[in-house]
Amino acid sequence: MEPISTPHDYLPVLVQAAIAVGFVGFALSAAAFLGPRLHGRKKEESFECGIEQQGDARRPFSVKYLLIAILFVLFDVEVIFLYPWAVNFKALGAVGFVEMVVFVGFVLAGLYYVLRKGVMRIE
Amino acid sequence: MTLATALFLLVLFVVTLTVAAYSTYAERKVAAFLQDRIGPDRAGPFGILQPLADGTKMFMKEDFIPAAANRRLFTLGPAIAMITALMTGVVIPWGGELTLFGETFRLQGTDPEIGILFVFAIVSIGVYGIMLGGWASNNKYALLGSVRAASQMVSYELGMGLSIVALVMLNGTLSLGGIVEHQAAHGWNIIYQPLGFIIFLVCAFAETNRSPFDMPECETELVGGYHTEFSSMKLGFFLFAEYTNMFISSAVISTLYFGGYHVPGLDRLGLDPNLTTLIGTAAMFAKTFFFIFFFMWVRWSTPRFRFDQLMNLGWKGLIPLGIANVLITGTVYHLAELWKG
Repeated sequence: MEPISTPHDYLPVLVQAAIAVGFVGFALSAAAFLGPRLHGRKKEESFECGIEQQGDARRPFSVKYLLIAILFVLFDVEVIFLYPWAVNFKALGAVGFVEMVVFVGFVLAGLYYVLRKGVMRIE
Repeated sequence: MTLATALFLLVLFVVTLTVAAYSTYAERKVAAFLQDRIGPDRAGPFGILQPLADGTKMFMKEDFIPAAANRRLFTLGPAIAMITALMTGVVIPWGGELTLFGETFRLQGTDPEIGILFVFAIVSIGVYGIMLGGWASNNKYALLGSVRAASQMVSYELGMGLSIVALVMLNGTLSLGGIVEHQAAHGWNIIYQPLGFIIFLVCAFAETNRSPFDMPECETELVGGYHTEFSSMKLGFFLFAEYTNMFISSAVISTLYFGGYHVPGLDRLGLDPNLTTLIGTAAMFAKTFFFIFFFMWVRWSTPRFRFDQLMNLGWKGLIPLGIANVLITGTVYHLAELWKG
């Protein structure tokens, strides 16, 4: 077995993140400093293809998007459960595979249920 | 961590930015080629300085924030998109081992045990960038673009995760370095996982918001989608993050399915180990550039999907197909084991 990674291995990740944050911070402040600044009431309205602005965007929108987000959380957790099993797939042998087929069967049944319930019926 | 690793990370950062910048130029040249035009040709010979001109323009434009917008989130959105795009390159193996001045370096920032999960985690944070940016604009087009982007990206993340499960089953590791080594020993994953590769590729298009899945910025319906209200470097970061993500996705595809820096038969030639490593790195970049070209090729050849078609493809097509791929892979593997006795 390969050795388990140590916190030491994640130092480069932090350094990379620091480089990225530094670059983004620099570029955003430089652009804000370099560009011109002109104000105007009409100019600062939200863009609506040139017509008068009708209310704002803080309004309810289709619940379908929320349903998809909730389903994502459900199914993503199930996919994540597959990962530790997949890494040890060869060591677990045929019995481990059959056990996982049962689990996947439940996931598929759940997917079939939500699809039949019409969550994806977007018109 | 050594000084060499720090230097490597800096080089990686510069290379990522350069490749992303020149991808914008390549995209316009490829589009021009496919449409029988010339493309940008004014800035320098063959327009080769075009990315510099574009970058300078982004810096010099007015950094405009609409009055109705949420100012802090409006800035945070593009920043998150860009930061997450720049962060994933650190776990990708860009090459083998290089021996310089009696010391051995690996052409990889770090190789944690959970490499591929790290990539997924960071890519998922990228969704927040688009979602926050679109919502903070307080513009109806931007709002619709961002909720579309969010539901599209989370839906295709499932298919992508499932296609990787089958690959991990055969490779027995989540570390990207380990996956490349396994392919060097047992043959490239594309031979064993053709279906998984196709699922992964389609999901990669959706995850990077590339055509034919670019509904979040669909200009015929939503003006500019989630970045309608953005200007200056903030707009630049959204566009630039897309190209950086395309570069990283291409590198991940090459690593997972096409052997990464491995070139078949290269170790048998008995070349100097350093030369072998450098050829390997060149091969890695060649594979990556091919997939970047493929992304562009598809963009300029296919019409855009409709949102319901996209959702149906994801949930009724790719997710069941991904699960089927896991089951087929497991069954075939165990049948082969039985056969061998």
